[in-house]
Amino acid sequence: MFSLTSGFFRGQIGLGKLVAAGLVLLLLVLFPLLHLATGPASLWHVSDYLITLLGKIMCYAIVAVAMDLIWGYAGILSLGHGLYFALGGYAFGMYLMRAIGPEGVYQSDLPDFMVFLDWKRLPWYWTGTDHLLWSGILVIGVPALLAGIFGYFAFRSRIKGVYFSIITQAMTYAFMLLFFRNETGFGGNNGFTDFKRILGYSITSPEMRIGLYVLSGLVLLLSLLLCRFLVASKFGKVLTAIRDAESRAMFLGYNPLWYKLTAWILSAVLCAIAGALYVPQVGIINPGEMSPANSIEIAIWVAVGGRGTLWGPVLGAFIVNLAKSYCTVAFPEYWLFILGFLFVAVTLFIPEGIPGLAKRLTLVSWRKR
Amino acid sequence: MCFCARANLDQALILKLAAQDSDEQIEAIHLLGSSGLGEALQVLKALSEGGLSVVPEQVFFFRGTQAIDAATGQVLPQAPENADTVIINNRVRAELEETLAGLKLLDADPEIRRRAALSLLNSPAAQQLPLIQKALARETDSGIRHLLEQTAAILNIQSPDVTVRLKAVQLLGQSNRANTRNVLQSILAAQTEPDENVRKAIQTALKSINNRLTLTEFLASMFTGISLGSILMLTALGLAITYGVMGVINMAHGEFLMVGAYATYAMQGWFRSHASLDQDAYLLAAIPAAFLAAALVGMALERTVVRWLYGRPLETLLATWGLSLALIQSARLLFGAQNVELANPSWMSGTLLLPWGLELPWNRMVIIGFSVLVLMLVWLMMNQTRMGLYVRAVTQNRPMAGCMGIHTGRIDTLAFGLGAGIAGLGGVALSQVTNVGPDMGQSYIVDSFMVVVLGGVGQLAGAVWAALGLGIATKFLEGWVGAVIAKIVVLVFIIVFIQRRPQGLFALKGRSVDLGG
Amino acid sequence: MWSHFSKSAPGTTSGGEAPYAHVLQPRQVDVSHGVILYLEEVAVSFDGFKALRGLSLSIDDGELRCIIGPNGAGKTTMMDCITGKTRPDSGSIFFGQGMDLTRMNEPEIASAGIGRKFQKPTVFEHHTVFDNLELARKQDKRVRRSLTSHQASEARDQVCETMKRIGLAGHADLAAGTLSHGQKQWLEIGMLLMQGPRLLLLDEPVAGMTDDETERTAELFLSLAGEHSLIVVEHDMAFVARIARTVTVLHEGCVLAEGSLDVVQNDQRVVEVYLGR
Repeated sequence: MFSLTSGFFRGQIGLGKLVAAGLVLLLLVLFPLLHLATGPASLWHVSDYLITLLGKIMCYAIVAVAMDLIWGYAGILSLGHGLYFALGGYAFGMYLMRAIGPEGVYQSDLPDFMVFLDWKRLPWYWTGTDHLLWSGILVIGVPALLAGIFGYFAFRSRIKGVYFSIITQAMTYAFMLLFFRNETGFGGNNGFTDFKRILGYSITSPEMRIGLYVLSGLVLLLSLLLCRFLVASKFGKVLTAIRDAESRAMFLGYNPLWYKLTAWILSAVLCAIAGALYVPQVGIINPGEMSPANSIEIAIWVAVGGRGTLWGPVLGAFIVNLAKSYCTVAFPEYWLFILGFLFVAVTLFIPEGIPGLAKRLTLVSWRKR
Repeated sequence: MCFCARANLDQALILKLAAQDSDEQIEAIHLLGSSGLGEALQVLKALSEGGLSVVPEQVFFFRGTQAIDAATGQVLPQAPENADTVIINNRVRAELEETLAGLKLLDADPEIRRRAALSLLNSPAAQQLPLIQKALARETDSGIRHLLEQTAAILNIQSPDVTVRLKAVQLLGQSNRANTRNVLQSILAAQTEPDENVRKAIQTALKSINNRLTLTEFLASMFTGISLGSILMLTALGLAITYGVMGVINMAHGEFLMVGAYATYAMQGWFRSHASLDQDAYLLAAIPAAFLAAALVGMALERTVVRWLYGRPLETLLATWGLSLALIQSARLLFGAQNVELANPSWMSGTLLLPWGLELPWNRMVIIGFSVLVLMLVWLMMNQTRMGLYVRAVTQNRPMAGCMGIHTGRIDTLAFGLGAGIAGLGGVALSQVTNVGPDMGQSYIVDSFMVVVLGGVGQLAGAVWAALGLGIATKFLEGWVGAVIAKIVVLVFIIVFIQRRPQGLFALKGRSVDLGG
Repeated sequence: MWSHFSKSAPGTTSGGEAPYAHVLQPRQVDVSHGVILYLEEVAVSFDGFKALRGLSLSIDDGELRCIIGPNGAGKTTMMDCITGKTRPDSGSIFFGQGMDLTRMNEPEIASAGIGRKFQKPTVFEHHTVFDNLELARKQDKRVRRSLTSHQASEARDQVCETMKRIGLAGHADLAAGTLSHGQKQWLEIGMLLMQGPRLLLLDEPVAGMTDDETERTAELFLSLAGEHSLIVVEHDMAFVARIARTVTVLHEGCVLAEGSLDVVQNDQRVVEVYLGR
């Protein structure tokens, strides 16, 4: 029976590859073409709304993959990954704010909120943010640095399990408070918004929208491939070995600190890139992105999709977020109940997520035959 | 001026109250106010309530059904016909309110006088000076006298007479109030004081105020810190118990605070709908109600969800987070998304005045006392009862406790209920100092986790000390750097602290129990 | 449930003061004096409880040493100190002539050539037997190498040879989690051998094994001595009798007696300790 089912699944993986390729084609080629080529009246038209929604969800899916790398493979549950996502968003948002130029409400070279606060010049950390390249370096560098420092000390002290999770939550909470302050220099409560253009091209043009959309899809694909390569390599094996028996790995001469830290920083950077792609598509970034609730939601995408599978969390991100955008419009009072129930149901009944559920269902149907 | 029991007011002055010109009205109000007469107070009150009416050459108001002549205070046999209500604009109203507040200085009730003197001290107005001096002449209560003298001194400091100014400064030097210090400092900063001696006196006064204020401010910060810490403690005690017994971190723990607070709110509503009950007693009735409500919710959650996740702490984290979302949304649907406000019972409102100008709000003092009481009960329960013995046994060695015939499952449920119930009591306390809202638990949960982390998981004593320490540290930091930075500093401190001492303040070192990963 | 609690509390190690070092440089151990491990006056206490009180011990290169002692004698704590899991309060531990183990952390000590088997068999349950052994193989264990490494054919040979030696040939593709208890014990010993250690610390290696398995383990150990040095902590006296050359008896954190099994079994104090006063 064992070999039979596993054979069945080997067959399914081939099928899965076909399905995946089809989905990639649909999302990254067909949808953009339909969006650009057909008018709103056409039956085949893919609406602005759908493109923005899917683009947004693909950014979330990148985060889900990043989360799976550390939770699924290294056994580290972060409840603060929203922080890195938001930092990436803010870093790119700085460029977007500078790119508005004097077209803001106050027609000043400074971002509107600084004029409003009566600041005369940019704070030092805004230096160079009018260059796309520097802003890109910040997107990667700042979260990597923060994750590096935090991870180094946390892993060095061997903080793990719920302890680690709680600390990451406290961390994103602290940053949220910090960014809520006007004096921090990131627009306080309102954050950044009213973006106008990237590299001189209007941010609202259909070409730009599709460009960002396709870019998000490509980055998602690349993240998946990169993580797939990592977990299949020796590195991935050591990472899971550390997850399953850290002291054994340590007494074999592997230093868990550097393995965990590498995965942790990479995960943070992927989140940050996702955040940077997310901000121009939704047109706003504010400290709310750093709220602990947002970060925990990431975990549920991964849990729904199934930990340790990489493609599962992508699926999970799509399912949960599509459900969210439908439910919050259709019956807003009940969305939190649904989400809450999802958290409970997934952990109680399908700890392996949808793949586990699928496996169990096929087992049941096989037995019936 | 005359202080006889029944006095006639100047008819012309009374008529001016009904004048068309607001300046005339204000002048009349001031003159009536500074007379300090009970009759004047009555008339001004009537004016403020819109109950003053005028016919040509006569102003009157109603007391019950009787019409009373404002000038003579005599009951008119018949209310005049075709009377107009005296209307006042906002500027006049502001002056009127101020004067009325000032007149309270002459009230028979010392508590009303004291409050009036205090509010006057916080925002002194120059035209009140005559009234203050009149009140001073009559005042017998030394505490109130002190307040009045201070107020008068703050006003006199602008006097053209050097000796008056000097005397005022010397008087202010005896003050314990930060406000007084600000007043003196602003005079020095503005460099408006022409006289050298007065300037010197101001400096001496500032020095002596500062000396006393350092202590007062220290004690005040300490007090608010302890009061914050005591609420944190009520939250963290429950967390520490459930973590110790079951090894799970319950993300929905903050929502037990919320459940307790809403139970208090519901109890207040029930008391209000039964007028025969003593309204002040609602809080006492709320204590068992909140405990039970939170404990029942907690036990239900334990039985249905938490129990099935033993040994999977990370999943428990997520599942309980889901539960907290559902609880918050339930509260929104049941009680509305808006915050609701609870009234302090009268025995909890007001402040206790201590020497050195220390003012301790009663509600916070009661909360501190309440927390100590709960702490003692929990301690007794854990150390003196069979249930406590079982809980400690399960905490230390679950399989062994099971072998000894303890129903570990039942103990889990009870311990979870106990932890939730204590948080519910925390909710009662919290409802007396902040607004009650569906997501109130969320803002305390990070803090209470930090308490547990700092104190060492599963350590009750650790939780108590960590809560107090955190509360006091937060309040002192708030004084120096503001609330947000204080919070960040505390969080960063804890993150750094864990690096140095991962097992918390109070955890026992021991030989490694488990070597596997 | 309790074990989970202690797991999630990171305080079970002395890790706060023991940072991982940056580089793992396997150095050559100097055994020019014929001694591979010295413990001198090692003392450790946990909140007042003295687990080790001035323990002194030396192990010769290639020796097979058995350590026995009643519960709480400090056997596991001694192993914790040697492998860097616990920092001694005082005393010194030297590996060969020049390596001060009290200044090194676990991965460094492991790379220097000390392998440890835990009481509870600890293997990577989600990896195959082959991967378990391959991961243990002596090689550059830094992150950078792990990203680029390819399996060399000599590695494959080495793993196969070890699998034969520990009786797991033909189980290469089985997940370690599906092995029996005894097989897991062997796999763990196999993993230690793959490290190519100079010194092996074995904590109750035959616990839970059948008589047959115990006998084969004894043969394995005897064949290892000489090539490696072994410290075996064991309660099973029959097993000790089968393999022992020199036996050390620990009691209340220090050495009570040392010598051949016959000598220590007839030592009056040892009899007292074991039979009770």
